[in-house]
Amino acid sequence: MNFPILSSLILLPTIGALFLFFTKEKKGNNTTIKYVALFTTVVNFLISIYLWIAFDQSTSSFQFIEDRTWIKGFINYKVGVDGISILFIILTTFITPLCIISVNNSVKNRLRDFLIAILIMESFMIGVFSALDLVVFYLFFEAGLIPMFLIIGIWGGARRVYSAFKFFLYTLLGSVLMLVAIISIYWITGTTDVVQLYEIGIDVKYQNLLWLAFFSSFAVKTPMWPVHTWLPDAHVEAPTAGSVLLAAILLKMAGYGFIRFSLGLFPVASEVFTPLIYTLSVIAIIFTSLIALMQEDMKKLIAYSSVAHMGFVTLGIFTLQQQGIEGSIIQMISHGLVSAALFLTVGVVYDRMHSRLISTYGGLVSVIPKYSILFMLFALASLGLPGTSGFIGEFLILMGAFKDNFLVAVIASIGVILGAAYMLWLYKRVVFGKLLNEDLKKILDLNRSEYFILSCLAAPILFFGFYPDPLINTIEVSVTDLINMHNTNIASK
Amino acid sequence: MENLNLILPEIFISLSIMFLLILGVFKNDSSKITFNLSLFAILITTIITFNETFSVTRETLFNESVVIDSMSSLMKIITLIGGFLVLVISSTYLKTLKIYNIEYPVLILSSILGMMVMISSNDLIVFYMGLELQSLALYVLATYNRDQLKSSEAGLKYFVLSALSSGLLLYGCSLVYGFSGSTNFDIISNQLNSEEYVLTFGIVFILVGLAFKISAVPFHMWAPDVYEGSPTTVTLFFTIVPKVAALTVFIRFLYVPFLNLIDQWQMIIVFLSIASMVFGAVAAIGQNNIKRLIAYSSIGHIGYTLAGLATASNEGIQSSIIYISIYVVMNLALFSCLLMLRRKDQYYENIDDLSGLSKNHPLLSLCLMLILFSLAGIPPLAGFFAKFYIFKAVLEQSMYFLAIIGLLSTVVAAFYYLRIIKIMYFDKEKDKYDTDHNLWLKFSLTVSTILILLYFIFPSQLVEVVSRINII
Repeated sequence: MNFPILSSLILLPTIGALFLFFTKEKKGNNTTIKYVALFTTVVNFLISIYLWIAFDQSTSSFQFIEDRTWIKGFINYKVGVDGISILFIILTTFITPLCIISVNNSVKNRLRDFLIAILIMESFMIGVFSALDLVVFYLFFEAGLIPMFLIIGIWGGARRVYSAFKFFLYTLLGSVLMLVAIISIYWITGTTDVVQLYEIGIDVKYQNLLWLAFFSSFAVKTPMWPVHTWLPDAHVEAPTAGSVLLAAILLKMAGYGFIRFSLGLFPVASEVFTPLIYTLSVIAIIFTSLIALMQEDMKKLIAYSSVAHMGFVTLGIFTLQQQGIEGSIIQMISHGLVSAALFLTVGVVYDRMHSRLISTYGGLVSVIPKYSILFMLFALASLGLPGTSGFIGEFLILMGAFKDNFLVAVIASIGVILGAAYMLWLYKRVVFGKLLNEDLKKILDLNRSEYFILSCLAAPILFFGFYPDPLINTIEVSVTDLINMHNTNIASK
Repeated sequence: MENLNLILPEIFISLSIMFLLILGVFKNDSSKITFNLSLFAILITTIITFNETFSVTRETLFNESVVIDSMSSLMKIITLIGGFLVLVISSTYLKTLKIYNIEYPVLILSSILGMMVMISSNDLIVFYMGLELQSLALYVLATYNRDQLKSSEAGLKYFVLSALSSGLLLYGCSLVYGFSGSTNFDIISNQLNSEEYVLTFGIVFILVGLAFKISAVPFHMWAPDVYEGSPTTVTLFFTIVPKVAALTVFIRFLYVPFLNLIDQWQMIIVFLSIASMVFGAVAAIGQNNIKRLIAYSSIGHIGYTLAGLATASNEGIQSSIIYISIYVVMNLALFSCLLMLRRKDQYYENIDDLSGLSKNHPLLSLCLMLILFSLAGIPPLAGFFAKFYIFKAVLEQSMYFLAIIGLLSTVVAAFYYLRIIKIMYFDKEKDKYDTDHNLWLKFSLTVSTILILLYFIFPSQLVEVVSRINII
């Protein structure tokens, strides 16, 4: 029996959280608990890096599989990774320690509880990406609501209660239908094991309804237009670390779910509903980009830009082309890094000025140059400048889209231009221009920890922008296999 | 000669009741000793029940009017443990309200006896006898804080409405007897056929009576008032123990005498279930008193258990029993929290009193939060699994409508549970509550919260115990 590496990845943050739970919070001195949390997550990151090194890139089958009886004769606790999920696990373990470092300034009270919530959240998120059983997946998928609800509700801004409720109820409403679908799959096929389901397939006559049920959950979580409205609220009110987790990882659960479950389990229905996805994605890209242009709140602007970027992701997934799906995965990873970085950059000035309004700022470049440079890098990565990871993702997605549907690809390309417009305009208004606000003159540049976090995020963005091979190599075989499986399924029906 | 060992628990508990009554008459200041002795009696009864009947698959006694099978023994054990825990955490509350008398444990014991008779009944008359025994004890318990207007009102309301429903039930029984010529469940089951239209009336009357006892919509009107007015510990008793017994009788009626009439009652149960789930979720939103809110939430939970019964399958029955067991644990935990809201001999039961609880009492509010998330059915807590089994059984029978309505109402219900969490965690704090709680209260809260939290590690055990129950 091999060492249960995935389970330890899932459990380790929870153990760290338990440890924190039994330590007493001292007033004014929180370094110990912070170090404990940081240590746990860094160890988790190192384990996941080891996982990546030990991962065999030449096969598409699931690796590091653990299979234990959980509910006898019904559900097995089954986890494993393939080329697609491993990247998301690494993204999770990479972003979480950065979140923990960043809480220095943004979270003033109940730091211990906050760190516990973040650690437990990390456990659930890794669980989502490694689950190979539908029920286990659902369990982790839903369980994440509890810590996120608390993170937004306790440590959020002024309208936090409204946002927390909206976030919770929207997501729950979407997910319950998925539960119906999961149980129905059990009764139709006799198993909820994803690997077995891939082999036996699901009868075509059920696929459409089941696909829609899964879609209702993933669409809310992605979020796709028109059910995206919870996201701006949740982002704006959540504390910086919460926004980062939400944008960087939680949104990816749905994209991952689309690839793993919607495409994998319901190939015929995925073909049937591709026009629906295309329409919603294109509307999301154009419509939310236009909305983003009009925003006066920086966090809200980035939130809407997330919706637009996730529109690209869903578009890419349902092109059902090699490039499209690979592009979507890279776009998700890249968006995970970039949106995290953008929320952190907004968090930096928010901690100093306590305002998220764009009009508060202007002319920052003359007072805080380091900050301005990094902000520029992230803004350019967000709009997909060549040389940043954002470019690779968008480019591949559009390539896939042009192969599949010319019109959709053209409209989506307009979205790229709009994306450049709102991002550059945001940057211009915040960083350039005249320094009118007197308070801004006293603003301090990045301190060491902020500098460290943002550099940590900038490095992979640039690295994968110039050299995306490590990512593509990891996912290539899995994606090829997914598409082959899809094509044979379509051909046989 | 009948094998009396099988009804030894009932015999023992009856003897203890008589002994305790005599003790109460002859000894002054005997409340403490009665309390302890009755706890002891319940404990012994539980052990006897476990030893004598747990391994029995199915035996009947007294001309088949009493049945001992795996369902009856499991439900009796749940009833007894529930009763034990209610009694054990009541004492501080009763002392504070100055109603710490010998009658309380004796009444609880007699109602438990009534429920045990109900659970084991295989005959209309035995069933009715048990039902009335438990009801009479419950009426008195509801008015137990007799100096308070609300408590008396609760008792009176409960008495009048419950008597009405007992009347309906009895009328239904007499109709069924008229058509089948026997009061025995097994004989009724063989005699009845769906050709007789008037028989449907009998079934409807019986179902109405039973629905009243478990407070399913539209026969729930009494529940909020009675729950609010009764002393909190009695409310706790109402929300768990009689529900377990009534559910067992429900299962027994539907699946023994009326087994061949599924077409007649299935729609009724589906309606009761949907109405309870939806109403329980919607009506609880506007409540400000926690006990009233729990009343509505328990109506909702009964809706889910009925959804399991509506499936007419063994999986459905088993899932209902799993649901009610987890529900008992959750409610016990919830009320333990409620009983901890005490400040200077005054108990607080409004939702606003929970405001900012997490600042002053982090552990208590953490427990309460977990319990509420569990009641809302959020994984990985026990409440999720309870719902999961129910919907698994419902979907096996392809009852998609029922499942989707049920799941959508969990979303609505989640709102009011979240509201309490919001008040605890996001709002401004109030004064501290007392922390010198009874050890048993802390014990029951800790144990039940741990059960709720860690249920997902060992989900198979409960399923295995329950899977021995095969009624159909």
